[in-house]
Amino acid sequence: MTDKQRLLIVGNGPVGHQFIESIVESGQSDQFDITVIGEEPRPAYDRVHLTAWFETREADSLNMVKEGFYSNNNITALSNEKVTEIDRANKVATTDKGEKYAYDKLILSTGSFPFVPPVPGHDRQNCFVYRTIEDLEAITAAAKNAKVGAVVGGGLLGLEAAKAIKDLGLKTHVIEFAPRLMAVQVDEGGGALLRRKIEDLGVSVHTQKNTQQIIDGNDCIHKLQFADGAELETDILVFSAGIRPQDALARQSDLEVGERGGIVINDNCQTSDPAIYAIGECALWGGRIYGLIAPGWDMARAAADHVIGSSEKTFTGADMSTKLKLMGVDVASIGDAHASTPGAKCYTFIDEKAEVYKKIVVTEDGQHLLGAVLIGEANDYGTLLQFALNKIELPEHPESMILPALDGSAGVGLGVDALPDVAQICSCNNVSKGDLCAAVQDGAMTVGDLKACTKAATTCGGCTALVGQVLNAELTKMGVEVNTDLCEHFPYTRQEIYHLVRVGEIKSFDELLEKHGSGHGCEICKPTAASILASCWNDYILEPKHAALQDTNDRFLANMQKNGTYSVVPRMAGGEVTPDGLIAVGQVAKKYNLYTKITGGQRVDLFGATLDQLPRIWEELISAGFESGHAYGKSLRTVKSCVGSTWCRYGVQDSVGKAIDLENRYKGLRSPHKLKMAVSGCTRECAEAQSKDVGVIATEKGWNLYLCGNGGMKPRHADLFASDIDTDTMVKYIDRFLMFYVRTADRLQRTSVWMENLEGGLDYLRKVIIDDSLGICADLDAEMAHVVDTYQCEWKTTIENPEKVKQFRSFVNADKSDKEIVFIQERGQIRPATEAEKIADSDLIAVA
Amino acid sequence: MSWTTVCSIDDILPNTGVAALIEEMQVAVFRVDDTIYALANKDPFSNANVLSRGIICSIKGTLVVASPIYKQHFSLEAGQCLEDDSVSIACYEARTEGNSVQIRIAH
Ligand code: SRM
Ligand SMILES: Cc1cc2nc3c(=O)[nH]c(=O)nc-3n(C[C@H](O)[C@H](O)[C@H](O)COP(=O)(O)OP(=O)(O)OC[C@H]3O[C@@H](n4cnc5c(N)ncnc54)[C@H](O)[C@@H]3O)c2cc1C
Ligand code: SF4
Ligand code: FES
Repeated sequence: MTDKQRLLIVGNGPVGHQFIESIVESGQSDQFDITVIGEEPRPAYDRVHLTAWFETREADSLNMVKEGFYSNNNITALSNEKVTEIDRANKVATTDKGEKYAYDKLILSTGSFPFVPPVPGHDRQNCFVYRTIEDLEAITAAAKNAKVGAVVGGGLLGLEAAKAIKDLGLKTHVIEFAPRLMAVQVDEGGGALLRRKIEDLGVSVHTQKNTQQIIDGNDCIHKLQFADGAELETDILVFSAGIRPQDALARQSDLEVGERGGIVINDNCQTSDPAIYAIGECALWGGRIYGLIAPGWDMARAAADHVIGSSEKTFTGADMSTKLKLMGVDVASIGDAHASTPGAKCYTFIDEKAEVYKKIVVTEDGQHLLGAVLIGEANDYGTLLQFALNKIELPEHPESMILPALDGSAGVGLGVDALPDVAQICSCNNVSKGDLCAAVQDGAMTVGDLKACTKAATTCGGCTALVGQVLNAELTKMGVEVNTDLCEHFPYTRQEIYHLVRVGEIKSFDELLEKHGSGHGCEICKPTAASILASCWNDYILEPKHAALQDTNDRFLANMQKNGTYSVVPRMAGGEVTPDGLIAVGQVAKKYNLYTKITGGQRVDLFGATLDQLPRIWEELISAGFESGHAYGKSLRTVKSCVGSTWCRYGVQDSVGKAIDLENRYKGLRSPHKLKMAVSGCTRECAEAQSKDVGVIATEKGWNLYLCGNGGMKPRHADLFASDIDTDTMVKYIDRFLMFYVRTADRLQRTSVWMENLEGGLDYLRKVIIDDSLGICADLDAEMAHVVDTYQCEWKTTIENPEKVKQFRSFVNADKSDKEIVFIQERGQIRPATEAEKIADSDLIAVA
Repeated sequence: MSWTTVCSIDDILPNTGVAALIEEMQVAVFRVDDTIYALANKDPFSNANVLSRGIICSIKGTLVVASPIYKQHFSLEAGQCLEDDSVSIACYEARTEGNSVQIRIAH
């Protein structure tokens, strides 16, 4: 016998594991003999992200126990073993294998189990619950021979299960007893909107359905019969009708349990027997079961603290606010979402068009926020939660918190400065603003650093944006200049490297690395250098000395898709294409069985080509007169056009002709990020030129030139740079603008962001480009002339050189295609098969 | 299993990779200067057979390939993923015999 205290943990789930980690982190684990017994076949895994199992179908990907954790800390961990009895008098636990384990302190972290309503037929074949990896394995296996799946229960977990079933390729139904989905978290209005959104995704929702019995179906395995006489047939049934605390051991050993289950605990998480603790979903604190991970972890920390003899941390309840993305729909609920506080008042905002529902619940005096429900858009979750948790005083018109920001006026944000240090930023991991600031003081420089040292933002991720804001605010306060080195291999910014290349006439990456860098390079500096070398010298990008630097897309002159195939985009300058051109593209697509789509950039994209098909496809496109569309490069994409004066009754200039000229002038130019342009034939602006890096709009007298617009993630209206200019002037300005951008922008910085960061802004840019205030215009003009003069169609150069074509073999030693690339027919064309479809092995189409 | 010759060293541009098919297994073969490394070709994060098409990098002294799909790094010597301790991919013995690039797959 040892004189160490024996700790016995029953149940190796996320909470039990957190308890053990807390003991180890306290540095006092050598004073204990730790044993953990779990009924499942494996130690603790991340149940919150259970659904992610479908991505890899490997249990290991969810594992929570670091390699060597048990052996390094002398912990005995037993799986596949269930504790069946506790003898409190003798402090011994017995398992289903007949083993006996003596303890000094016993920790019950037995979690909960899914409640299966006792309707007749609930135990038929193909009836499942959704709680463990084994459940998911069983559902996946059953799905192979099934067409229809149904989930009983429209709560948070039910919807998650429904999504999984939908992703397995089944027709999916959700059956809910209550009149709306997620009745616990959302109110009626929110429920209705949520329902519409879920139905839009192709999942049928049936509310107010009380299942009476399950019998044999006619077309499917089961038929469900409801109290209102309706029926539904399904092959698979998943019950997700709530959870019940797993308190069997507590009942067996006469510990105090709640009326409706749950092991009663105090603030130290001790049960009615002080030698026994209960934590996580099996525990009942203050009459409440917490079905979320964060409170469970808080309990684990409190119990561990008490066991080691400190009582710094206690459990005093937890916030149940949640934000999630269910089937791609943002859903959030904060505090008193149902307005049950006496005197509470509500404000509701519904945008039926955008399918957004927002409600806030405020105190009778309108001073404080009690709760909120957000559906369809939950960007304000972090801000609202801080108002509720920290009782921050609301603005005079609380409704402004949920009303959309109208033109110009900024929304009511909450500067992180307004938050007190105790404000909880990450509720999953209980990290306060003060904790984050302290970590920044200790040297954390990035969100990644903060994740590593505080665990903030590592669980549900809902707080990531706020964590970033606290970081930036704190760094700025400390006067820290953020490290601007390109990467570990070059202690320079992109601009500096550009100048080193230009001035030093450096012609290869190896030369650059040798003179100014160290190591082998990486996926950041190699493509950046490749882009700079191309902007400056415009060599063929697959020259042996450049090929290894290119990002995959540039390396194979095509865009890699999720299954390792490529898309092919021939250039159609200005969006103009002849009937013969279209036919030729169609014939190629047909021959190689490629998925064909019109892009948002006015041209045609052909998807699903394998590496070895690319040169053959391009040979045919080039002989039909096409060129590379550079859809793969950080380079000019398209110049969109409207039909303009040649056809349109309003057009004042030939916008198509101008777009074609611009596209042909700048095609192939490598730049810090991609470039997009457009030309409209009149002020009606059908080509949407003001959302482009370069936008041109025809006027009676010439052209208006707009610069630095952006669609994409953060749209920006382009700035009017010059009005009523003639064609030559316009081209001159665009040349200089582009070359100045290429010189000075950061890697992957679009012109819009570059402009936002340009000191002096638009006026400064006009001085540089129009007045030549820096005296560099002659250089910029010459640099652009060189690029224009040395243009080559990279695909033409490639297919003319057998050595280059060899690089496109799928295998260096076999004349075959990757046979794991398989497709499914949908709407008359191919698309990549999903993992589920690959497993089900039905109707797969191989590469043409 | 014995050594399989997959190609000549000149078939692989310096600091790039190629895919090879050995007994129906897809292997990513990399050439760093004149040293050869071999890993599984399948990227475990996307399940696509693409690692041979990734960029070769050195990260804090470790030679790695960056997956072309989501950019995780895998060490060329051990197959370990740098971003996620719990993920590693198969790693095979590789050598050059004269000009021949040879791989050995243990069964
Ligand atoms: C094919 C296309 C979608 C479509 O089917 O219509 C497309 C597809 C992709 N876009 Fe796009 N974008 C396409 C038009 C657009 C447009 C519309 C436009 O150009 O008028 C936009 C908004 C306009 C803009 O860029 O300002 C657009 C904004 C983006 C962004 C966000 C850029 C931003 O500044 O926020 C990205 C991400 C990035 O570049 O970092 C992106 C990235 C991508 C990538 C490269 C993502 C990726 O890495 O796989 C997609 C792969 C292309 C491929 O062929 O495999 N795509 N993308 C469109 C190709 C147009 C073309 O003919 O070349
Ligand atoms: C699909 C899904 C999604 C979820 N999403 C979220 C989310 O987004 N956010 C959130 O906060 N929470 C979420 N949850 C809830 C979260 O997973 C739980 O709160 C958490 O797992 C509780 O941890 P626990 O350790 O208390 O219990 P459990 O995870 O249930 O672990 C208890 C363990 O004890 C074992 N056990 C029980 N009795 C015995 C016995 N007698 N002997 C031995 N072993 C025994 C069980 O087999 C189990 O392995 C989700 C749950 C599921 C299923
Ligand atoms: S922008 Fe003007 S010219 Fe072009 S299509 Fe529209 S109305 Fe016609
Ligand atoms: S709030 Fe969930 S990770 Fe921070």
